[in-house]
Amino acid sequence: MQLTGAQALVRSLEQQGVDVVFGLPGGAILPAYDPLLSSSLRHILVRHEQGAGHAAEGYAWATGRVGVCIATSGPGATNLVTALADAYMDSVPMVAITGQVPSALIGSDAFQEADITGITLPITKHNELVTSVERVPAAIAEAFHIASTGRPGPVLVDLPKDVLQATGSWSWPPVMELPGYRVPGPPSTSAIRAAAELLRTARRPVLYVGGGVIKSDSHEELRRLAEIARAPVTTTLMARGAFPDAHPLALGMPGMHGMYPAVAALQEADLVVALGARFDDRVTGRLADFAPKARIVHADIDPAEIGKNRIPDVAIVGDLKPILAGLADALAESASAGAQAPDTADWLAILDGWKREFPLRYAQQADGPLKPQYVVERLSRLTGGDAVVVAGVGQHQMHATQHFSFTRPRSWINSGGAGTMGFAVPAAMGAQVGRPGELVVAIDGDGCFQMTAQELATCAIEKLPIKVLIMNNGFLGMVRQWQELFYGERYSYVELGTAIPDYVKLAEAYGCVGMRCDRPEDVDAVLEKALAVTDVPAVVDFRVHDREGVFPMVPAGQSNDAIVLGPEFSADEQRAAARRDMNPAGT
Amino acid sequence: MTTHTLSVLVENKPGVLSHVAGLFSRRAFNISSLAVGPTADERVSRMTIVVDGASTPVDQVAHQLDKLVRVLKVVQLDSAVAVERELALIKVRAEPERRGQLLEVASVFGANVVDMSPDTLVLEAVSSPAKLDSLLAILHDYGTCELVRTGRVALARGSAVITDVPDEAAAERAESAA
Repeated sequence: MQLTGAQALVRSLEQQGVDVVFGLPGGAILPAYDPLLSSSLRHILVRHEQGAGHAAEGYAWATGRVGVCIATSGPGATNLVTALADAYMDSVPMVAITGQVPSALIGSDAFQEADITGITLPITKHNELVTSVERVPAAIAEAFHIASTGRPGPVLVDLPKDVLQATGSWSWPPVMELPGYRVPGPPSTSAIRAAAELLRTARRPVLYVGGGVIKSDSHEELRRLAEIARAPVTTTLMARGAFPDAHPLALGMPGMHGMYPAVAALQEADLVVALGARFDDRVTGRLADFAPKARIVHADIDPAEIGKNRIPDVAIVGDLKPILAGLADALAESASAGAQAPDTADWLAILDGWKREFPLRYAQQADGPLKPQYVVERLSRLTGGDAVVVAGVGQHQMHATQHFSFTRPRSWINSGGAGTMGFAVPAAMGAQVGRPGELVVAIDGDGCFQMTAQELATCAIEKLPIKVLIMNNGFLGMVRQWQELFYGERYSYVELGTAIPDYVKLAEAYGCVGMRCDRPEDVDAVLEKALAVTDVPAVVDFRVHDREGVFPMVPAGQSNDAIVLGPEFSADEQRAAARRDMNPAGT
Repeated sequence: MTTHTLSVLVENKPGVLSHVAGLFSRRAFNISSLAVGPTADERVSRMTIVVDGASTPVDQVAHQLDKLVRVLKVVQLDSAVAVERELALIKVRAEPERRGQLLEVASVFGANVVDMSPDTLVLEAVSSPAKLDSLLAILHDYGTCELVRTGRVALARGSAVITDVPDEAAAERAESAA
């Protein structure tokens, strides 16, 4: 059968099982938009290509499937760059399709020409400029294969207009030619046995769980392992929801704004088992001082992560699902063979003491200014954790991840590695498309919101009833916090003001429901009202306290030992936290 | 300077060189030289990459290179068991009265004269990097006008070929390095 490149592209996407694409047409990609109109694909017309990119990410986070975005050449393609960089940092499976100027014009500075494969080279897992129509099906099949296997990531396929217009023979499935692309095979059983033995004999183990556990859908295996090993679990910003926050073994999040029990446990651990985590600087603090007493087991599907930041004692390369199952099996086997079971009772007692003494703490006075933490906590209570929470980047993101009690994987979506402000609204849009009928709540900052708010129009028209809770403190809050702490309270260009724009009117102008709330006693009623809207987005302007900080905090570049609990703790408590009392409470 | 030599087989496709060069720049790896050319198999090119061992973790380089989709194989060559060669063309000042001496130096190092003008010579030298460095040090005193070097190319000694050698970046190596 003969098809044009454009038809082959659309047919290939259908064959890949794609149900939705996020995009915005323009000159060079126009040929592809014609067959799109009569295809089985749902196309969501965004208002800015960055929105298409983040929506594809949100879709991928929420569903585990590859998110797809489409843009035209030049500025259309460059508008995808931030989303691609974001997806690359957070290992999000995504395929970006871009139009390119006709082959004959490439290199001539043609209208809307940009070297998008060159530009995105360092921020994609792979990219390709397709040079012939016959290559189209294989290029698409390879893109999906690369994006979704091994360590996932974004792949860009650049299609010159003449390739889209040319006619070539079509067949499916195409032959993929990827001789240099390898996905790690089954994990080493000897490495798993060695790691299990370390877990069995450790007295102060910590499972340091990263986003890989969510991506490999191995949260059940994780839970079994934690319970058999009687090992406490800390879930990084990328892994929130991989382990229920209410579980007795849960320590919460580690790192710069992590919970004290998690941060301190890693510093005192004699064994740290890193599972799909990458020893990111936001987790480790000053690397040389991170988990100084611990032996390290590092399990990851990406061999390049092994030893990149911290040399492990045992490395296991492969898919986490069989690794976690293998670790649990090995522990169960050694137990049935009569070996001493893991003895972590003292350790867990110490950690329980720390959880009681040094919890997250903030003060919401009944008649005082509204605290963002309170809003998140009420959302968590009212939904029972039964929501997909999406955040932008900054204080609201940290408050959201700290104070929402996560119960299941894929219920937390954010920009972790790249720290992309403006992520929340379009990512929530993508998540809502991927999980129709579920409650999707974007917790956003006023700074972030204004970067991509235009996608509210898309959501309203597409009947995507996302909730957007703006924690409006009138500042670039996290920057303000750093200026307060590290720049002698010299607030240099961080004040946005709370009144402009009027978020209620803005929401209404976009066809959404707009609400405002500035009193603690109104929070429940406003949230209930917002959650009840089911046809269009609901946007709530929460006027929150502008001086509220995010704590605990480890100052950037310092050791995790320097953790600051925050203003709600007394000097005595702060000193006690720094001492890290290792006597189990009550002994 | 400690250097590490990596032999890298890549698909002979457009854009491969920029993927490799881009990786070095993105990861802040220091590259001392890079030589690339075809192999007996026209679908495959071979790169010889020399990295500065002091500033660049060579295992990490190998792993990151191996993640590039167009990279087929990465092997670290130990210079003790490898033949390493580099070609240089050197234009050196050679007034008639010093020409004799220069030719003697050239012959000691096995360098050929490939061009001559009234007051310059162009020498072509092929040798190990260390020997080439000594030749250049000597020629410096005569006055080197212009210099071009190809960068190092290398092959393992003995009968083993690169396709027999285990991949430097394979998972098992990452595990055993731990």
